[in-house]
Amino acid sequence: MKDRLNREIIAMRVAKELQDGDVVNLGIGIPSLCSQFVPEGKTVIYHSESGVLNYGPMAEDGLEDQDLINASGQFLAPVDGMSFFSSSDAFAMIRGGHIDVTVLGALQVSKFGDLANWMIPSRGIGNVGGGMDLAVGAKKVIVAMEHNDKNGASKIVNECTFPLTSKSCVSLIVTDIAVIEVVREGLKLLECAPGWTKEEIQSETSVELIFAEGIQEFSL
Amino acid sequence: MNKIFNSFEEAVSDIPDNSTLMIDGFAGPGGTSQNLITALRNLGSKDLTVISNTAGLASVIGFGTLPGKTPVDIGILVENHQIKKVIASFPVSPSPSRPTAFEKAYAKHEVELELVPQGTLAERIRAGGAGIPAFFTPTGVGTTVSEGKEIREFQGKQYVLETALKADYALIRAYKSDKLGNLIYRGTSKNFNSVMVTAAATSIVEVDKIVNIGEIESSLIDTPLIYVDRIVEIKENNER
Repeated sequence: MKDRLNREIIAMRVAKELQDGDVVNLGIGIPSLCSQFVPEGKTVIYHSESGVLNYGPMAEDGLEDQDLINASGQFLAPVDGMSFFSSSDAFAMIRGGHIDVTVLGALQVSKFGDLANWMIPSRGIGNVGGGMDLAVGAKKVIVAMEHNDKNGASKIVNECTFPLTSKSCVSLIVTDIAVIEVVREGLKLLECAPGWTKEEIQSETSVELIFAEGIQEFSL
Repeated sequence: MNKIFNSFEEAVSDIPDNSTLMIDGFAGPGGTSQNLITALRNLGSKDLTVISNTAGLASVIGFGTLPGKTPVDIGILVENHQIKKVIASFPVSPSPSRPTAFEKAYAKHEVELELVPQGTLAERIRAGGAGIPAFFTPTGVGTTVSEGKEIREFQGKQYVLETALKADYALIRAYKSDKLGNLIYRGTSKNFNSVMVTAAATSIVEVDKIVNIGEIESSLIDTPLIYVDRIVEIKENNER
């Protein structure tokens, strides 16, 4: 078994995609780790559907405030310049095109950029939360996830078999072994994790990948 | 007209069986009307339809919960078999190995669920309070949540028709109210509260403090008094 990158490294690679001034919404799980890896000198404005904009670091132990949380249930530190608003405003910002980037987890992503991230069919019930709104509303959707599920099956698939969150919404997939861009022709491999060849990544992926010119090692 | 009630029990005492309620609780205890929910549990009204972001998570996960606390949420109404239907976006535990009371009841077909994307839920409630019967949203097109609903194209993009939600009662958590019912919320505890308060025939609000008229600066009021029917102040020994 080859080494795979840990959740923090995945988050660090995603953080590199965020541009100075971007308004960013981070989903639950690996995406929620991204905020700690934004490089110095870049200012990113975080939005959360719990009704807060421009939050900063998490609260220190002992200073948690139950009226100051993000949508992952993490306690936020009070910082100057943050604002609070209703859920209808929070989602007006999302659907209204005011969010530049959202980073979401996924159960499956298809070669068309379809996203399925809210229900494992065998459970028969699931949490939609704000994922469907973010997937249709944010200008750019980045998926951060493990490449394969617990049984080793590829989470990158020709067609999603799990209930959809939104069709053709994903533009970049960052996993524990690869960075893959969704393009019109399909899925283009851009970067491989250290020690992985493009052929090895292909063998873990059930979609035929397009091998880009000059595939690189993960750049952090 | 006096809107101030002395007890939570008194403030909810007329909620009949078969009522539809809006109850905030983005997830954690912040923003959840814990004392009104407890009073409703004690009252025992049955066959309720509850519109809420979650169907109760507090008994299984400490989402947004301070260390050492076990807050109250609508899970206690599920456990007490008072709910027949929940309209929510986040109805179950994020962890399948720790199912909530709602998920167990759902598996036994004791409760119904209408699953709604969170932004659509917020907008349906906003529309209900604003006199808009329905609206088109891009959220959910091509997914199971838009099945059976009208799809229409505007400027080359598809949208689904969603209808407004209204309630008989809303159980609201605010930070302060003046004696007239002008409200302010605190931090992220505003989220669904300030929307739900507009969409119920009777809105019942628990607050940290009831203050004199004029003590909340008029330009900072989040919810004007017309939306508020009953106010109860949280006392020392109540849930916070």
